[in-house]
Amino acid sequence: MEDTAVIVAFYVLAIITLVSALMVATVRDLVHAVLFLVLSFVGVAGLYITLSADFVAVVQILIYVGAISVLMLFAILLTPRSGRDNASVPFAAPLGVLAGLIGAVIIFVGLKTEWAKTSGGNTFETTAGQIGEALLDPYVIPFEVASVLLVVAMLGAIVLVRPGDGGEA
Amino acid sequence: MIDLEHVLVVGALLFSIGLFVALSKRNAVGILMGIELMLNSVNLNLIGFARFVESPRPIDGQVFSVFVITVAAAEAAVALALAVAVYRLRSSIDVDRLNLLKW
Repeated sequence: MEDTAVIVAFYVLAIITLVSALMVATVRDLVHAVLFLVLSFVGVAGLYITLSADFVAVVQILIYVGAISVLMLFAILLTPRSGRDNASVPFAAPLGVLAGLIGAVIIFVGLKTEWAKTSGGNTFETTAGQIGEALLDPYVIPFEVASVLLVVAMLGAIVLVRPGDGGEA
Repeated sequence: MIDLEHVLVVGALLFSIGLFVALSKRNAVGILMGIELMLNSVNLNLIGFARFVESPRPIDGQVFSVFVITVAAAEAAVALALAVAVYRLRSSIDVDRLNLLKW
């Protein structure tokens, strides 16, 4: 019975995610596009929960829904004269065909490959603890490199938008 | 029963929508939205593989997706700072009109 609820939740969340992603592509107002993007991120977080990845779902809510979407809204608000419309390039239809063909190839590969699946799937008792141990034991070097990357990105963002001595501001 | 193929199909559809958004938008923030959708679909695939594929340590897929989220956050911060800097210079972030390097 609980299994059925998970399946229903998976399909409902998948439909919400895909429909709001399509709305990002089609809606006319850029701010509305960001709001539909937030809905799509929330749907993906729900999909993570149905795939028993609850820690990653919380991280997704915190970083994507909380931080990145607010950054995008601020970028839109700080560039007021550059048009609020979510316009496409003049020849968008061939690009849609291209994206659809690439998606079809990925679906074909995903369905035709014999994946080494476990019976019933892996279940995780405590994802946060296991992820923490994995980050500090086998993945400690990438973990430290990620912290350096975050510092460099933060400094780069500050240098890029700092007024003065760039000559333009 | 949710199966791996269902997750892969959802991920592929999300990736192609994100690719279309990234290719077709004229606003730099719109392009960034498409890139974020593509990164989300990659994360969805990683989580799906961590859930369904046999592995000595199945949590690795979730660790990789945490790294992808980290890199996506750094990339979004730098890209939006670039958009604001370009707007100061040109009063526009329409990528069709950013032809400074074209002679």
